[in-house]
Amino acid sequence: MPHVVPVGYRHRVPKPASLIEAHRLVKRFGDFVAVDGVDLQVQPGEFFGFLGANGAGKSSTMRMIGCVSPPSEGVLRVFGLDPIKDGPVIRSRLGVCPQQDSLDEELTVLENLVVYARYFGIPRRVARQRAEELLEFVQLSERITSKVEPLSGGMKRRLTIARALINEPEILMLDEPTTGLDPQARHLVWERLFQLKQRGVTQVLTTHYMDEAEQLCDRLVVMDHGKIIAEGSPRRLIEQYSTKEVVELRFGNLPPETVARRINGRISEHCERHEILPDRILLYTADGDAAAEAASREHPAPSSVLVRRSTLEDVFLHLTGRTLVD
Amino acid sequence: MIHPAMAALEYHLVCYRRSWRGTIFTFFVVPVVFLLGMGWSIGGYLDGDAAGQGGLGVSYLTFLAPGLLASTAMQVGVGEGTHPVYGAFHWTRTYHMMRMSPLTTTDILVGHLGYILVRVTISATGFLLVMALLGIVDGAAGLAALPAAVLVGCSMSAFVFAFSATITEPVLLDVVYRILVVPMSLFAGVFFPVAQMPAGARLAAGLLPLWHGVELCRSATMGIPSQLGAPVHAGYLLLWTVVGFLVARWAFGRRLAG
Ligand SMILES: Nc1ncnc2c1ncn2[C@@H]1O[C@H](COP(=O)(O)OP(=O)(O)OP(=O)(O)O)[C@@H](O)[C@H]1O
Ligand SMILES: [Mg+2]
Repeated sequence: MPHVVPVGYRHRVPKPASLIEAHRLVKRFGDFVAVDGVDLQVQPGEFFGFLGANGAGKSSTMRMIGCVSPPSEGVLRVFGLDPIKDGPVIRSRLGVCPQQDSLDEELTVLENLVVYARYFGIPRRVARQRAEELLEFVQLSERITSKVEPLSGGMKRRLTIARALINEPEILMLDEPTTGLDPQARHLVWERLFQLKQRGVTQVLTTHYMDEAEQLCDRLVVMDHGKIIAEGSPRRLIEQYSTKEVVELRFGNLPPETVARRINGRISEHCERHEILPDRILLYTADGDAAAEAASREHPAPSSVLVRRSTLEDVFLHLTGRTLVD
Repeated sequence: MIHPAMAALEYHLVCYRRSWRGTIFTFFVVPVVFLLGMGWSIGGYLDGDAAGQGGLGVSYLTFLAPGLLASTAMQVGVGEGTHPVYGAFHWTRTYHMMRMSPLTTTDILVGHLGYILVRVTISATGFLLVMALLGIVDGAAGLAALPAAVLVGCSMSAFVFAFSATITEPVLLDVVYRILVVPMSLFAGVFFPVAQMPAGARLAAGLLPLWHGVELCRSATMGIPSQLGAPVHAGYLLLWTVVGFLVARWAFGRRLAG
């Protein structure tokens, strides 16, 4: 419910308590440290994201917040409660879409939702009604009596999201909700998540899609080897870790390495930072057009020049490097 | 509000509503055919014996039926505690799904064991009904065989749950049948009185839950006293159930703690 607070009194309104609060959170599997001292807060209504390469520790963190995996060390509070002591109470207020679908393939779409609703103590009649509404919401109404097994991957994912909403959760935990979806399905999911945000549902998301994070997240953290290495809004992260624009230069069949050697030290005069990749050279700069122009006057001249805005992907690759982690 | 464990039970019942037809053959037709086949074939051989019914004092069918009732109950309890439990951890991930909801590990276990109770009750009732139709149940007192059979099923099932929760190789599930079900069925007095075995084997048989179940069922449907008295037999089975439950709860907790 929106609170109307007179302007003069705003400073007296206490900051809303964090819904999720982690302090020096650690998760170990044997000797292996999957989550290594994570600090974070998620505020009510916020859309919070985790970025990170495969194995960075995103899911492990999500599972601790979801109270299915006990922290090895550190402090974790969800709704101000302790996951170890109050797991069932916390879980009753969470909606979880895990990375791995765990639908019951033998049951129908409707049965999957109703059975799950019963775990939350929701009366059968209410469960049925909510299930029907949610299937409408994720555009699966036509498949309501179909078994889950023959559904496409995208349908299963949408069903999993619908299931996560069956208890009208205060926090929705989404672990890679759109991985493997076709563009239509992804856009549908984004729309729905955005609508939920407008309704005030707090959401925590992990994703490998930078455009997804950029579109949806108010604030995000980049994880690397179990640690948080950057934090902020997408815009702020781009400002902080990349330049405003990027120029991509290609040289036909000429290897960029060779080009770079021929141009010698002059590349760095055109930009703040550059990167030589096997197929192209990237110039990071505040003024893309100027850099592109300067680069075009060089010999050899690039065969193609592309000026674009910096994206979260540039930030991500800059922070976590281009080499495979896994 | 529905108890969380009841909600977990409800899940299994919803699945059963879809799959019950497939279970009829294994857990009803097979045992009944077995009973009739053994009862009539071996029975025909024994009952016509000059010494008189192989010394049993009753027809072989009458003797065998309560034993098979108990062993069928055990097989349902064991069968439903092996692959379905292992699968709920590793294949369908049903337990993991339940764990994301407010259900606790104990709710998940109690719900599934409650389902075993339902399944054993259904199977035992069906079998007892066939026995009644064959006229080999000694009056209404024979109904006491039902709780006895249910108790055998549960006493075995809880331990098997613990085993299935602990192993990580599904082939090990077959071990349960080879070293538990088959020998137990052979030496727990289902097919012949344990009194015919040497003293050591008799003592060993006394440790098998199935023997206690067979004794209870036999005393109920034949209207004869059991060897150690119903409270001792029932108490022993209850002990297995309770200890099995505690071990299973520990194993489930470990497996789901991730
Ligand atoms: N149950 C487990 N036992 C042992 N190691 C585990 C377990 N779960 C996760 N790990 C390890 O912890 C690390 C972090 O895994 P996690 O699933 O949190 O990564 P992630 O950031 O979600 O990766 P992805 O993007 O691939 O989903 C990985 O190296 C993984 O192998
Ligand atoms: Mg993950």
